Amino acid sequence: MNHVPLEQGLLLAGMLFVLGLAGLLARRNMIFLLMSLEIMLNAAGLAFVVAGAKWSAPDGQVMFLFVLTMASAEVAVGLALILQLYHHFHTLNADSVSTMRG
Amino acid sequence: MLSWIWLVPVVPFFGFLILSLFGGFLSRRMVAVTGAGSISVSTVLGGLVAARLIMEKAGEVPMAFHQVWWTWVGISRLRVQIGFHLDAVSTVMMVVVTFVALLIHLYSIDYMEEDEGYSRFFAYMNLFVASMLVLVLADNFLLLLLGWEGVGMCSYLLIGFWYREPANGLAAQKAFLMTRLADTAFILGILMIFSHLETLQIQEALRRAVVTWPHGSSAAVTVAALFLIGAIGKSAQIPLQTWLPDAMAGPTPVSALIHAATMVTAGVYLIARMHELFELAPVVQMTVGIIGGLTLLLSAMSALAQQDAKRILAYSTISQIGYMFLALGVGAVSAALFHFMTHAFFKALLFLVVGAVSMRLNHERNIMKMGGLRHDLPLAFWTFLIGAAALAGFPLTAGFFSKDWILWEVWSQESGSVWLSGSIWLWGMGMLGVFLTALYIFRAFFFIFYGDQTTQPDRKTPSWALSISLIVLAGFSLMGGWVEWPATFGNVALFSGFIGTAIPVHRASAHVFIEELLIQALSVGLVLFGIFSAYLLFLRHPGLVEAVVGTTPGKELRRAALRGWGFTRLYNWLIVQPFLKTVRVSKHDPVDRLYTRLMVNPYLWMAQINKDDFLNRFYDLLVTVNRACYLAVRRVQNGHLRWYARIMGAGAVVMMGMVIFL
Repeated sequence: MNHVPLEQGLLLAGMLFVLGLAGLLARRNMIFLLMSLEIMLNAAGLAFVVAGAKWSAPDGQVMFLFVLTMASAEVAVGLALILQLYHHFHTLNADSVSTMRG
Repeated sequence: MLSWIWLVPVVPFFGFLILSLFGGFLSRRMVAVTGAGSISVSTVLGGLVAARLIMEKAGEVPMAFHQVWWTWVGISRLRVQIGFHLDAVSTVMMVVVTFVALLIHLYSIDYMEEDEGYSRFFAYMNLFVASMLVLVLADNFLLLLLGWEGVGMCSYLLIGFWYREPANGLAAQKAFLMTRLADTAFILGILMIFSHLETLQIQEALRRAVVTWPHGSSAAVTVAALFLIGAIGKSAQIPLQTWLPDAMAGPTPVSALIHAATMVTAGVYLIARMHELFELAPVVQMTVGIIGGLTLLLSAMSALAQQDAKRILAYSTISQIGYMFLALGVGAVSAALFHFMTHAFFKALLFLVVGAVSMRLNHERNIMKMGGLRHDLPLAFWTFLIGAAALAGFPLTAGFFSKDWILWEVWSQESGSVWLSGSIWLWGMGMLGVFLTALYIFRAFFFIFYGDQTTQPDRKTPSWALSISLIVLAGFSLMGGWVEWPATFGNVALFSGFIGTAIPVHRASAHVFIEELLIQALSVGLVLFGIFSAYLLFLRHPGLVEAVVGTTPGKELRRAALRGWGFTRLYNWLIVQPFLKTVRVSKHDPVDRLYTRLMVNPYLWMAQINKDDFLNRFYDLLVTVNRACYLAVRRVQNGHLRWYARIMGAGAVVMMGMVIFL
């Protein structure tokens, strides 16, 4: 089996995470914010898997399953919230949904 | 038959229940039938029970019937039963109480006829008779106390019977409070008996007292003294006698029944019942005699100055109970009880006659405003004459036998103690009392029935009930003493023999025939002299008295006597006025004012100073700082989602930087 070195795997995970974070900070559409979040989650999951492969332990893959479960639950809740927000404000711009001031 | 004894007090009690619950629905006739009927049933039962006692228990020593119905209180050592003890003493009391009560109830049917509180009156009277019978028959102290307080309450209710008059209410309160004062001592005595002898049964307690307490021991003296105070209060002896003259505010039958014949002699009954105890405490017993002697003299002199017929009789009652105390003081229980019996007859009679006379004179009670009534009121005239003769101790009337017996007992006391030289003095007081008694009662007699007629009685003929009660009582006043003849005249000893079955008879040890005869002759002489003096002073030469009273000392003496020797004023000055003063002072709440001055005012003053609130400054500062922090932190929560994400990202970078580089 062809081993991927740890450094490359982690680098890929870090790049993906930074991409997701950049999308999260740059985008205004809430759907895209959600998608950026998914990217970040998957980056974290990739780091788990890579680390698990390095020490040939199943823990990393188990952790990824948890992350996937959590991500799907989060998407379900997040999409429902976005739908409600859209009904209420008729926009998906995250910046214009800021009436909840401290 | 003997076991029917419980019905004797219970029947009048039922009479009371019926009258108080349904009195408003009954006609006057039915009220009278219930009221007097219950007493007559009780009288008949009492007589039957007494007869059975004498027949069944003759020869037993002591001749007594004891019955217990149920246990009233049973807490470990404290065991109080509802039970009656019938011996010679309680039999005499029971028979006399029911009999006199019956006659007075009959009298009341007519006397109270026009009163609006007809059924209330009979209800109270029935309750009184029931309580009195409980008192007399009780076999333990608690039941005795129940009856004792019951009669006190009825006395209060009946003195204040005409409660619309404020003075009557005050008289009732006075009687109630003064007797209550004495009852406190009585209750303490009962408690002491229980704590020392561990029983409340009267007979058992007496048996144990004789065994446990030595002669003259402090416990016996204390208990006897406490009981004596109780008896003094109830029997209106010096110094607690002031309530009785005021108690005349009640209707006349009440005065006759409660404040002459029965309730006020409860003290005599108590001492007679407890006489073994009093014999253990010679000091107290002597005090009983001294109190009796003083009381009989002082109140006889008071009676001489009174103008209200009922007050004369009230003071006379105090004086006659003084004779009973005198007898008890020398241990002559039988003589005391004998005088109780004859006194119940003639004093009830005198009260009833006075009531009957004033009823016909539009309720006039001042003897100065009466006069010459002997032709208009022949029944009253004759019955009053008999009553007065019996009270004075005219030979062969009831009062003669009883008073003579008492005087002989006092005279023939064996010497031996230091006190005894006093016994002669007591006897002297009794003798002087005989003269005074004859003087004051015949003064009233002459004023009412002789002299110039100043008032015209209304032409109402007395009803049969009223007449019968007067005639029967007159008969007993005349002949009631014939059950006991002194040794000098036939020596009949029915009464003392009967009492002797319960209490060892105290007969003078040696009968010195001549001595006794001389004393009797002396007392008869004094009676006749008293009557004659009354005739001279108040009928023939009224100027003489006026001349004496006209002088300054005479005037003062008369005023003092009229006011009962200033006891009321003394108590007023000693107790009532200070109390009222305290009340008046505390109306303005001095204690409260003190607190205001000492605590509330300084506090208010400090609050005034602290108006600028230097303490609060500190808290204000806290508030300002808090508010500034809040305003600063508030900016972070601006609702911009991406801003939050940025902060979170920055935070994560900072944290990671710290982990890596530090």
